[in-house]
Amino acid sequence: MSKVIRAVNVSKTFKVGAETVTAVDNISFEVERGEIFGIIGLSGAGKSTLVRTLNLLERPTSGQIFINDTDLTRAGIKDLRLARRKIGMIFQHFNLLMQRNIIDNVCFPMEIQKIKRRDALERAYKLLEVVGLSDKAKAYPSQLSGGQKQRVAIARALASNPEIILCDEATSALDPQTTRSVLDLLRKINEELGITIIVITHEMSVVRDICNRVLVLENGAVAENSTVDELFKHPRSQAAKDLLLIRNVDDKRRAI
Amino acid sequence: MNTFLSLVDGYLGNGVTQMLLEGTRDTLIMVFVSTFFGYLLGLPLGVLLAVSDKDGIRPNAVIYRSLDIVTNVFRSIPFLILLILIIPFTKMLVGKSYGTEGTIVPLAIAAVPFIARMVEASLKEVDKGVIEAAQSMGAGDFTIICKVLIAEAKTSLLVGVTVVLGTILGYSAMAGTVGGGGLGDIAIRYGYYRYQLKIMVVTVVILVLLVQIMQFLGMLISRKTDKRRL
Repeated sequence: MSKVIRAVNVSKTFKVGAETVTAVDNISFEVERGEIFGIIGLSGAGKSTLVRTLNLLERPTSGQIFINDTDLTRAGIKDLRLARRKIGMIFQHFNLLMQRNIIDNVCFPMEIQKIKRRDALERAYKLLEVVGLSDKAKAYPSQLSGGQKQRVAIARALASNPEIILCDEATSALDPQTTRSVLDLLRKINEELGITIIVITHEMSVVRDICNRVLVLENGAVAENSTVDELFKHPRSQAAKDLLLIRNVDDKRRAI
Repeated sequence: MNTFLSLVDGYLGNGVTQMLLEGTRDTLIMVFVSTFFGYLLGLPLGVLLAVSDKDGIRPNAVIYRSLDIVTNVFRSIPFLILLILIIPFTKMLVGKSYGTEGTIVPLAIAAVPFIARMVEASLKEVDKGVIEAAQSMGAGDFTIICKVLIAEAKTSLLVGVTVVLGTILGYSAMAGTVGGGGLGDIAIRYGYYRYQLKIMVVTVVILVLLVQIMQFLGMLISRKTDKRRL
């Protein structure tokens, strides 16, 4: 099976004043087509930076990113933009256009691709059905709840027929119940449309609920790369043990 | 209405009402036309400033620093001095350096750097996350400028237009001291040179009313078109 994403020795450093901070430290991993792949770590572990290097929102300081065997770090700006259209992205704070109504938000990526307005609208309405928000087409983002906004963002990400969807802490701003429904939707998209999904999170429960495989990050480097089952049964790294411990505490709190 | 006009005429003197009405019209023409041309140059300049700054979508220190300095220089020149400095240019453009047309040119030029700063500030308020989302969809810079930066900053840009109109109205009255036409001209000629206090007061009252109305309408429009608070 072909690897849809291949990160090879990716590093990213930032200059903060006179100091150089390494956010991503020589990370390599591969993602199979159709997987739901988790990247977990505590805040500051470099996971958001890492996911941003996958569509080159952050250009890696060194290393390569292959999407379907095309090296994005060597692509020109035009090719990069074309490649990005096949990589949808959803964010912690949804990042919807606040001055546009819902249907026009979903149409936005198709507008960028110069798809005819009529075709775009037709597709956008279908996508709103998929995410269960057909009745909100003419509403504005400010009128929706967090969970609804994230559904709109998912519909928007689907608009350009992506092969990959990157989720950057997509459920971190949502309550547990809404989180579950958003995760269910992501799983449905993965199963029915065969879209590969990368999930960035600091919550083990998210990994447990939808991921097949997981990369544990610590201080910008890979602490562990294994299947979810393996990680829960035999966590090898301290980082993984810590994250599992936090989850247990959370679960106990919820139980109380 | 006619009785009202003759009443005012009786109070201020024959033909004064007509003159005030024409002055108001000229002032409005000057303010709106020069604001329009000001935005023609100021909007692109403001966009360039916002885009080329270090947090912009296309950081470019050389472009930003040079535009920054030029904008500051033009903003520092007092309006009256600018008006006199560019008389040759004004004559070349509209054929004369006084009256309504002659004032529009310096007003528009004085407005450009001011507008550019207002636009720059408005665009910088746009959420970085939304810009990033557009980039992740493969949007080019021009698309981001038009459909994200300007569209999302709409409310703030409209507030900016309101502030600019008020400021230009103030400048236009100043232009009256050098034959600029409009209400400022009337206030100077009758009120100041001829000691007709009543006319001066009435003129000032009209100016105040104009600013109030523009401010009210501008804020109303920007609030009504804002989709963030529904």
